[in-house]
Amino acid sequence: MLEIKNLHARIVDDGTEIIRGLNLTVKAGEVAAIMGPNGSGKSTLSYILAGREDYEVTEGDILYNGQSILEMDPAERATAGIFLAFQYPMEIPGVATMEFLKVAMNEQRKARGEEPLKVPEFLKRVKEAAASLSMDINMLKRPLNVGFSGGEKKRAEILQMKLLEPKLCVLDETDSGLDIDALKIVSDGVNALRSPDRAIVVITHYQRLLEHIVPDSVHVLYKGQVIKSGDKSLALDLEANGYAGVIGEAA
Amino acid sequence: MNMHAQPQRTLAETALIDAFGERLSLLPGDGAVMVKRDDAIEAIKHGLPTRRVESWHYTDLRRLLTKVPAFEAGAVAKALAPVLEGSAVLPVLNGVSSAKLPEIDGVTVQRLSEKLTDGSVAPGLDPYGDDDAIGALNTAFVADGYFVDIADGTELEKPIELQNLQAGGQSHVRLLARVGAGAKAIILERQTGEGDEAFVSSVSQLVVGDGAEVTWLIVQEQPETATHLAQFKAHIGKDAKLTLFVMNAGGKLVRQEVVVRTTGEGADFKLRGINLLAGDTHTDTTMVLDHAVPHTTSTEVIRNVVTGKARGVFQGRINVHQYAQKTNAKMACNTLLLSDDGEFSTKPELEIFADDVVCGHGATVTEIDHNHLFYLMARGIDEKSARGLLVKAFVAEVIEELDDEALVEALEARLDGWFSTHG
Repeated sequence: MLEIKNLHARIVDDGTEIIRGLNLTVKAGEVAAIMGPNGSGKSTLSYILAGREDYEVTEGDILYNGQSILEMDPAERATAGIFLAFQYPMEIPGVATMEFLKVAMNEQRKARGEEPLKVPEFLKRVKEAAASLSMDINMLKRPLNVGFSGGEKKRAEILQMKLLEPKLCVLDETDSGLDIDALKIVSDGVNALRSPDRAIVVITHYQRLLEHIVPDSVHVLYKGQVIKSGDKSLALDLEANGYAGVIGEAA
Repeated sequence: MNMHAQPQRTLAETALIDAFGERLSLLPGDGAVMVKRDDAIEAIKHGLPTRRVESWHYTDLRRLLTKVPAFEAGAVAKALAPVLEGSAVLPVLNGVSSAKLPEIDGVTVQRLSEKLTDGSVAPGLDPYGDDDAIGALNTAFVADGYFVDIADGTELEKPIELQNLQAGGQSHVRLLARVGAGAKAIILERQTGEGDEAFVSSVSQLVVGDGAEVTWLIVQEQPETATHLAQFKAHIGKDAKLTLFVMNAGGKLVRQEVVVRTTGEGADFKLRGINLLAGDTHTDTTMVLDHAVPHTTSTEVIRNVVTGKARGVFQGRINVHQYAQKTNAKMACNTLLLSDDGEFSTKPELEIFADDVVCGHGATVTEIDHNHLFYLMARGIDEKSARGLLVKAFVAEVIEELDDEALVEALEARLDGWFSTHG
């Protein structure tokens, strides 16, 4: 489903190269974990997948279902089924969360040639999704993410993911800022989305999240490259021994 | 002999002076009113204000007012459905009030033409200073409008909508209201019309009695060809609250002045303004607020969206008088500049003569936040819609603060209307 080939990318503003020849393949139905020390390029990778303009791809390609997405803007990628759950979801004053959800769902439906959702059906879906994440529906009457706690923001991201039903989910440090209960709720939400036609990329620092969302593959990112791949035991190994060993091997 | 050299009159100045001569016999007023009119036209004869007059620095009226249309007696304007459903409507059509008025419990409504004829409004017709060109213009030409008196203790069930609807040519209207002690009212002042060439002056004067609560909403949606010169003046009594909401969403040359004075301790004033600016237009909001007694509070929030070649101005002057201790005043003016050809000028002024006060002001000019745009687009909302959402959000925040569902819905519908034609 996702094929990243020899990707090189830099920050537009200052030309700093962050991704330096990254290769990664994630198949439909697979949950891939990306781990790595701070500054290895994990969040950058997630932004590049979503199409953020602050980064420029200088070499290589990103294929989604066999098609390059490099020329697509973020909205086109999203309607094609790519979803990024942000590490730091943006607070947007003045945009009511409900209104935002409705516009996002209907814009995606429109792009796929589907009819907009009728209001009762929309409300029903939102209520169900919110209940499954133990979210208070009244929170959604507030402006988007404004005044939400760190945990509430992360839940709101997963709520959007549930409602938009993407095919490729990229979760950028979704575990940061979550207490143990919230981690469980959010992980259950992600696990409920596991399906044979959906791929999930989980970016995290810690093994903790992977106890709840058990990955099929684990990839270590260092200096903008995948330096080691393995199964879930690799994450346990990293937790026990740190990144130093893996980095040493690669060097 | 007077050797004072007068600069040559502009076309607009000549048109105004000629129009006064032609209209004079038709204008209502007793002796006292007619004297005020003569004084006012004398002020106009000295010339419209230029950028050298401080309060008109960013709106050089003499240069910007290139022409003034004649009166069009035959023009017909039609009353509109009110912005707030269920409002009692008091229409002024092409400068003329209605003889048939709704009956509202606790409210007395009089046509202003009658109060000009009997001279009872004469004391209020004086301009508030040498630079009060709008006051002078209006005093010279005002022919009609309303006086609305809301009795002490009356809580209005339905809003009142004062409609000033032009149909081209000139109209000069005055809207007076007294809200009695302890009364509560929502009053909407609608300024719009369909005349191509229109020149409108409109002066509103409000007295908020002790302990009264008033929300006054000005919705200005003139066509992009009209000149609209307006003034809102208010006195706020002891423990009284006034929320003034101003939405400018039209007009070629617009100046909306807000002149407010707190007259009783515990008075509170809120100004919330939205300027939606498009095309090749000029829109000026100028506020002069006097905290004249101790223990009064105010907040002013102005949000501007500038597109096209539009130019906007906000001048906010807060005077805290010497014995007005414990004044608390905060003013903010935020602009979203969406075009390279647009501009917005902000001039906050604090004149503080008391020593125990809290006063502040801030101004920002920004573009759309790219992080916000990315977030919305990452959810599949295309760039145009995402920008639309963010721009609307920027101004809708001010509306939502009004905290009245019916009001918020109705005003957001006006916003949507503007964005659908200018988005």
